[in-house]
Amino acid sequence: MPKVKIPTPLRQYAGGNSEVSVSGGTAGETLGNLADEYPDLKQHLYTGDGKLRSFVNVYKGDEDIRYLDGPDTAVAEEDEISIIPSIAGGRC
Amino acid sequence: METRQPLIQNANGAVELSNEEISRYSRHLIMPEVALEGQKKLKQARVLTIGAGGLGAPLAMYLAAAGVGTIGVVDFDVVDESNLQRQIIHGTSDVGRPKLKSARETIQDINPNVKVEGFEEQLTSENALDIFRDFDIIVDGTDNFPTRYLVNDACVLLGKPNVYGSIFRFEGQASVFYAEEGPCYRCLYPEPPPPGLVPSCAEGGVLGILPGAIGTIQATETVKLILGIGEPLIGRLLLYDALSMRFREMKLRKNPECPICGENRTIHELIDYEEFCGIPQAQAAEQEDEVPEITVQELREKLNNGGISVLDVREPHEYEVANIGAPLIPLGELPERYQELDRDEPLAVHCKSGARSARAVKLLKDAGFKEVYNVKGGINAWSEEIDPSVPKY
Repeated sequence: MPKVKIPTPLRQYAGGNSEVSVSGGTAGETLGNLADEYPDLKQHLYTGDGKLRSFVNVYKGDEDIRYLDGPDTAVAEEDEISIIPSIAGGRC
Repeated sequence: METRQPLIQNANGAVELSNEEISRYSRHLIMPEVALEGQKKLKQARVLTIGAGGLGAPLAMYLAAAGVGTIGVVDFDVVDESNLQRQIIHGTSDVGRPKLKSARETIQDINPNVKVEGFEEQLTSENALDIFRDFDIIVDGTDNFPTRYLVNDACVLLGKPNVYGSIFRFEGQASVFYAEEGPCYRCLYPEPPPPGLVPSCAEGGVLGILPGAIGTIQATETVKLILGIGEPLIGRLLLYDALSMRFREMKLRKNPECPICGENRTIHELIDYEEFCGIPQAQAAEQEDEVPEITVQELREKLNNGGISVLDVREPHEYEVANIGAPLIPLGELPERYQELDRDEPLAVHCKSGARSARAVKLLKDAGFKEVYNVKGGINAWSEEIDPSVPKY
């Protein structure tokens, strides 16, 4: 199953996991299955009408899926999906 | 040894090094990648750091030691005890002093040849272009989204590189956003998250050493840009996870539809970034959802007269740091556990500073609790105003 890397700010909504194996043939399907498994993640990944939030970047390997086929990007068993959210910390 | 166009052109005799400087920079001068010409470029360079905090501290200290001629610092904050765990440019004796003053002294002590230009003001859409204009490189070490977008946009409009770093808990990001040669921050993050969805370091915490790792990466990128050596982080996002001790790298692309650096740009001047990040809207919504509050003084009186109970909704590891003896139900467990409480009795709910307890009060009111109050300022207000023997964290 493809692996999804969960970034620190979202781990609390994914049972504390930094990496979760989820089934799915496309990036969108994989994330959808992840959100089904961890419902608390849903509002952090999707807008009310079910679209992926624009400040959440999704990568397959080192490529942004926006520049592949978006949510339809094909995902193979050994692929690694990363969620890269914006974080603002620095001066704090 | 230049591998790319250096940001600072050859000094051409405009800058010289004294014998003291030549001794000081000896380990640079013997490397062909820097050498005398490179060290002069460093001396000629003007670098602006936004924030003298976690990232700005190691950054400014290393740039000073490396011999960057002028370091600008924008910061209007005062050193707080809770800064000392990571902001190594400030020391214990600096608590209560302006960060700018303390940073300036540390920089001058490391290297008196460095000129420090201080801006003790908040960076705004009104002053950003004027402050940035005279600098060659801007280094972003801020802690909030409005300023990040402001720094990005000002850099794009002025054609300057923005050396980016960001941290949270055990994880950091670094890149160089330089619209002249690659993507900008908006290409990566077209829109900010709604306020409150992404916790800040003040809420989520940060490993004290983490800004050291990311800040020194920013310093390295800055020096490379000045000298024109190596491969800069332009078009790459470096991700650092201190817990697994892994670096990963993601490709960044210039977004052809980017509103500030794309082909059909719609942003031609600085905008209202608070508005863009939804801050006023969120504050208005918060006021609408206002929950009944109680000050720590009022709470003490009520406790003395008996007739109110207190609930703590923080996490167990915080309870261990400081508590006022109230029963603990972490906010996340409250939806399943509020039945443990008596909904007909007056109840005051507290957390660290009042945000989580406000959510708890809302939840309890919705569950039919008749008289629930949010303790204003949380346990930290209790520590400050009522009982200093309770540690403030």
